[in-house]
Amino acid sequence: MSTLAKAISDVPMVADISPMRRFYWSVRRELWENRYLYIAPLAVAALIVVGYGLGLVHLPDKLRAAAALDAMQQQERIEQPYTFAALLLMFTTLLVPMFYCLDALYGERRDRSVLFWKSLPVSDLTTVLAKASIPFVAIPLLTWVITVVTHFVMLLLAGVRLLGTGLSVSSHVSFGQMEWILFYHLVVGHGFWYAPFWGWLLLVSAWSRRAPYLWATLPLLAVGLVEKIAFNTSYFGGWLAYRFMGGPKDMPQGSNPMTMAHLALTPAQSLASPSFWFGLALAAAFLAAAVRLRRYQGPI
Amino acid sequence: MACIEARGLRKAFGTVTALNGVDLRVEEGRILGLIGPNGAGKTTLLNAILGLTPYQGELRVLGRDPWAERDQLMRDVCFIADVAVLPRWIRVSQALDYVAGVHPRFDRAKAEGFLAKTTIQRNSKVRELSKGMVTQLHLALVMAIDARLLVLDEPTLGLDILYRKQFYDSLLNDYFDRSRTIVVTTHQVEELEHVLTDVVFIDRGRIVFSRSMDEVESGYLEVVVHPEKVAAARALQPMHERQAIGCSIMLFDLKLNGINRQQLAGLGDPSTPSIADLFVAVLEHKPGDRSRQQQGAAQ
Repeated sequence: MSTLAKAISDVPMVADISPMRRFYWSVRRELWENRYLYIAPLAVAALIVVGYGLGLVHLPDKLRAAAALDAMQQQERIEQPYTFAALLLMFTTLLVPMFYCLDALYGERRDRSVLFWKSLPVSDLTTVLAKASIPFVAIPLLTWVITVVTHFVMLLLAGVRLLGTGLSVSSHVSFGQMEWILFYHLVVGHGFWYAPFWGWLLLVSAWSRRAPYLWATLPLLAVGLVEKIAFNTSYFGGWLAYRFMGGPKDMPQGSNPMTMAHLALTPAQSLASPSFWFGLALAAAFLAAAVRLRRYQGPI
Repeated sequence: MACIEARGLRKAFGTVTALNGVDLRVEEGRILGLIGPNGAGKTTLLNAILGLTPYQGELRVLGRDPWAERDQLMRDVCFIADVAVLPRWIRVSQALDYVAGVHPRFDRAKAEGFLAKTTIQRNSKVRELSKGMVTQLHLALVMAIDARLLVLDEPTLGLDILYRKQFYDSLLNDYFDRSRTIVVTTHQVEELEHVLTDVVFIDRGRIVFSRSMDEVESGYLEVVVHPEKVAAARALQPMHERQAIGCSIMLFDLKLNGINRQQLAGLGDPSTPSIADLFVAVLEHKPGDRSRQQQGAAQ
């Protein structure tokens, strides 16, 4: 330690730590605790690459067969494994944050470690925001990075396989466009459009004293059931489905949900809709309630 | 300025009253032992002091309202709420990184120094450590924080005697410096009493006894009464009497009865009572509390 640093550390009034730094360390602590957040998608990516690598044997035949189709169908056909890889990764990283959110504020109370976290000068707001940032921001970005790398490796493998055949995959796959569509879909769709779901799960996690999985689902079922019995309508269920499917009503009829074009459509339309912003407001309300609950709740 | 000041502190959980008008004043630089039977309200009182639970009444900790100003208060206050609250998944090095990352008053080198005296490995996870080692780790983290108030709630529960002794020794030798304040609750009073400067008994949500250790030493006397002097001793109205192998042991409140030490020395062997004996005497002394007296007699 230099003499200057020593002199500074000897001063009794220590400089305070910025809120951003506390937030940063709170997020890091989440990643230390929940390593499955990145191990699960990495494992899936590895499986995809291995599977794709094994299937490469037939690639030249497939490409020759596709040559007979028109340009649009040809691109769709050749892009298919890439779309499939992206969907598989997205499915994984939709599932993983559900478990994460439900445990985030429940697990720390159950193992009593909340008493340790609360003995440090980190506010409930910082803690809850750090936990919320995992499904809202970290997971969509991480999924995107992993998908891009996976696609890149797949293209590379295909290129090696096609060496000397005169055929090419990369000339049919618009790599850049595909990744930008995915980026938009993940950030807007998974991060923001699903925000009320993540917020709700975090709220249940902060609130329930046991069985958070039941509390997360049963009240929603109950509301739908009461509505059905009382008014014989199912607006609530319809609304939930709409939120979860990303607005199927906005979809043009007959479009194939397994294509990149489909992924590009969903969030593009929802960003302009009021329900997108309503969802964000709802998520904010859920998070505010979770912050308040964490303040009152002790270990269980 | 008092470190902790409470007036008429109340807290109820539904119909159960946990704190029933607590008045407490703890000056800075004291080591206060908070002693009480199970369910007396110890933990509730500590939770109120730490801003973990809302309360009614008046409470200031280091001049702040702990519930309203909890975030600021935690920069000057530290606590070990219980043994084994360190998250089991965390690595020792991660715990150090994290506390250093969020706490402005954490001295990492100091914590490393404490850990160097133990056998704790830097890359171990908490789940791999023994209970005693987890406590050592927690203590190392806490002692490296330059806090003005340290609250310990049963910090040595379930530890073997070696760790318990080590715990209080390092607390006293390496941490306490007369400008800090420590509040500690424990069931093992005997191991703690040489450490304390003040003692408070709490029972059924009320403070029933509050003295400095100096006051205890000068104000109370325990006498192993000679068998032939028992009647004379009883005439002096001891606050408590118990039977031990063939003799009576009586505890006298010197101030209350205006007795002097010479008087008592003539009746038997006098000594300063232990906190545990004083505790039993104070809690059983209250009139109209028959069930507890019977319990005491049974013991």
